Amino acid sequence: MNMLSPMPPPPVQDPRDRGGPAQPLMIARDLKKHFPVKSGPKGAVVRAVDGVSFTLFKGETLGIVGESGCGKSTLARLLLHLIEPDGGEIVFDGDPVAAPRGITVNALRRQVQMVFQDSYSSLNPRMPVRDSVAFGPYVHGKSRAVAREVAREMLLKVGLNPDLFGPRYPHELSGGQKQRVNIARALVIEPRMVILDEAVSALDKSVEAQVLNLLRALKAGFNLTYLFISHDLNVVRYISDRVLVMYLGSVVELGPVERIFTRPLHPYTVALLGSRPSMDPAHRIEEPPITGDPPSPINPPSGCRFRTRCPFAEAVCAARAPVLGDWLDRESHVAACHIHDPESGHSRAHGVS
Amino acid sequence: MVPLVEVNDLTVRFVTREMTVHAVNGVTFSVSPGEVLCILGESGSGKSVTLRALMRLLPPRRAQITGSIRVDGEDVLALDAKGLRHLRGGLVSMIFQEPMTALDPVYTIGHQIVETIREHKGGTHAAARARALELLELVKIPSPERRLDNYPHELSGGLRQRAMIAMALSCGPRLLLADEPTTALDATVQIQVLILLRRLQKELGMGTIFVTHDLGVASEIADRIAVMYAGRIVEEGPVADVLAAPLHPYTRGLLASTVHGQSRDHDIDAIPGSPPDLRIVPTGCAFAPRCGMAIPQCRAGIPEERHPSPGRMARCIRVDAPVPAYA
Repeated sequence: MNMLSPMPPPPVQDPRDRGGPAQPLMIARDLKKHFPVKSGPKGAVVRAVDGVSFTLFKGETLGIVGESGCGKSTLARLLLHLIEPDGGEIVFDGDPVAAPRGITVNALRRQVQMVFQDSYSSLNPRMPVRDSVAFGPYVHGKSRAVAREVAREMLLKVGLNPDLFGPRYPHELSGGQKQRVNIARALVIEPRMVILDEAVSALDKSVEAQVLNLLRALKAGFNLTYLFISHDLNVVRYISDRVLVMYLGSVVELGPVERIFTRPLHPYTVALLGSRPSMDPAHRIEEPPITGDPPSPINPPSGCRFRTRCPFAEAVCAARAPVLGDWLDRESHVAACHIHDPESGHSRAHGVS
Repeated sequence: MVPLVEVNDLTVRFVTREMTVHAVNGVTFSVSPGEVLCILGESGSGKSVTLRALMRLLPPRRAQITGSIRVDGEDVLALDAKGLRHLRGGLVSMIFQEPMTALDPVYTIGHQIVETIREHKGGTHAAARARALELLELVKIPSPERRLDNYPHELSGGLRQRAMIAMALSCGPRLLLADEPTTALDATVQIQVLILLRRLQKELGMGTIFVTHDLGVASEIADRIAVMYAGRIVEEGPVADVLAAPLHPYTRGLLASTVHGQSRDHDIDAIPGSPPDLRIVPTGCAFAPRCGMAIPQCRAGIPEERHPSPGRMARCIRVDAPVPAYA
C-alpha cells in the first residue's frame, strides 16, 4: 500500500476535472476576514485573515502551519464559505465561487469537504454513525437504500467494520474511531478536495499514525487534493508536498516542503522550526529561538507583523509591509520579508540568492 | 541518597454505581531530590491520575487509593485536612495544562500569589507582594510591576503559564508536579517555557515529576522516563537510554509512530488497535493484544519487572528476545 502521489498530478483523468491538469484546483486571492470586537474601542476589528492568497494544485497536499490565532482555521472556513469573506476571491477549478458566471457555494461544497479537530462535537450524538455517514449522499439526491449502501462501503474503506460500528453512537467510539467516521463522512460524497483542520491533533500518537496512514491511502485511492492544517511541524513535513506558513493573519512563506524545512527564508519560519523539541537529550535546545508571545491580531504591528519579535527588524520593517512575491508553480519558494527583497533597503537585503 | 518521593504499589480505582475503572494498577517509582522524572503515556494511561494522587487531588469518595506514597518522609495517604493544606503549595506544588482554568479569574495575579505566600509563610502583605514581584522577575515576565495587577484574562497564554509557575514556586516547594504544562502552548512559546522550567528546576534543586504525552518534550527536560500503559509503568530508565534503545514493545511502537523526520515514501509504523478498556481487570500483559511480539505466555499473567541492565526496567517477558525490525 504505497501511496504518496509524487509531484506531477496523477495521470488518471478525473471526469469531474473541468479545467484540465494545469488549472489549479483552488486559487485564493486576497482573502480577508475582519471580526468586529464587541468590547474595546469602536471600530476595532480582529484581522483574523488579512489578505491571504495562494494556489492549490491538483493532487497535492498543501500544509498550512502557524500558531494559534494566526488565522489558519478562519482561512479554512472562508474557503468553504462557512463564514463569509469580507473581501477577496476564491476560484475552484477555474470557476469563481459565489460570483456571476461562477459556481454556487453548494456546488463548491459538493466538491470540497472538511474534517475538524474535535471528532466528537462534529458528529450528531443522537445518530448512529452509519446514518451520519449516509446523510450526505441522501441530501445530495441518492435514495435512502443507495445512501446506506455507499455509507457501508465507505466505513469499510476507513477501516471500520460497518456491522460492528455502523449501529453505534459517537460516544461509544474512541477518538481515533470517531475521526475515521468523520473522514468517511467527508469522503462519502466523493469530494475532490478535503480540508483537514487539525484533524489528527487531538489523537494519541499511536492513533495519529494510523489515521495519517489512512489519509495517505485514501488520497491516492480517491484522487484527492488535501489542505492540511496543523500546528505540528513534523506531521506537516511528513504529509505535505508544499507548505504555507501563516503569522497573524497573513502568509509569510510558501514553498515546497523540503525547501521550507531545510532552507527556510522567513525569520519566523526559522524560529518556528527551531522551536521543535530536539528528540535528543544530548543536544537540548539551550536558548529559545525567539522570545515573547505572538501579539494580538486586534492591533497588529505596522509594516511587517513579525517585526516585534524578529531579530533582524529595522526601520524599513515598521514603515512598509513586505509582500510575498509571485509564485508560478509548485516549485516556487517565496517569503514576505524585506531581507529577501533586494529593493527594500534592509541592510541584509543584498547578496541573498 | 534518601529519595524525595517514594511511591509503592499505588493503585487507584474510580468506583461508581455503574462501573469500576482501574486507572492505576500498581505503580512503584521514586524520585531523588533535584531529579526530573517524566511520566510518558497516552490518554487514559493513568499518568495524570498518578500525579494527582501524589497531592491527594482525586475525589475522595469515588477514588479508592491503595499502596503508599511518601513525600519527604510524609505519608501522604495518611494526612488529615490540615496536613494536606500544609503539603499542597508548601512542600509540593503543581502546575497544570490550562492556566486559564487553574488561575482564579476574579483575582489579580498579584493577589493570588500574595495569598499563597501569606497562607504558608505568614508575614506582611507588603513583604509578600515584594516576593511576588521577585517571582514574576524570576519567571521572566516583562514589566512585572504592571503584571501583578493584571487579571488572568489580560495575559497571553505564555504569560499566564509563567504566572502559574511563579505561584507554584512561591513557597519554595521541594517537589514540583507538572501536568502537561506546555501542551496548550504554541510551539515558539512552548520551548521558552520548557527552557525556563528546566533552568528553574536546576537552580532551585526541586525534584520534579513531569507528565507528558510528547516524546519531544520529555527529551528536552527529563533525567529519567517512566512509560505508562493501562495504569502500569511498563518501562523506566534514563531518558537517553530509553529513547535510543527502548526495551518494551510499547515504547518502541510509540517511538516509531511519533512523526519526526520519517521518510515520506513509507507508511508510519503505527501501533495497531487501541488501548484496553480499563473497566475490565487485565489478567495478562495489557499490551499483548496490540503487540507484534506477543506469545501465549504474555496473556497468562501480569509481567514482572525485569532489569536487563542497571537503571533500566521493563515489564515484558520477551525483553531478551530478538526485536523484529522496526523502521
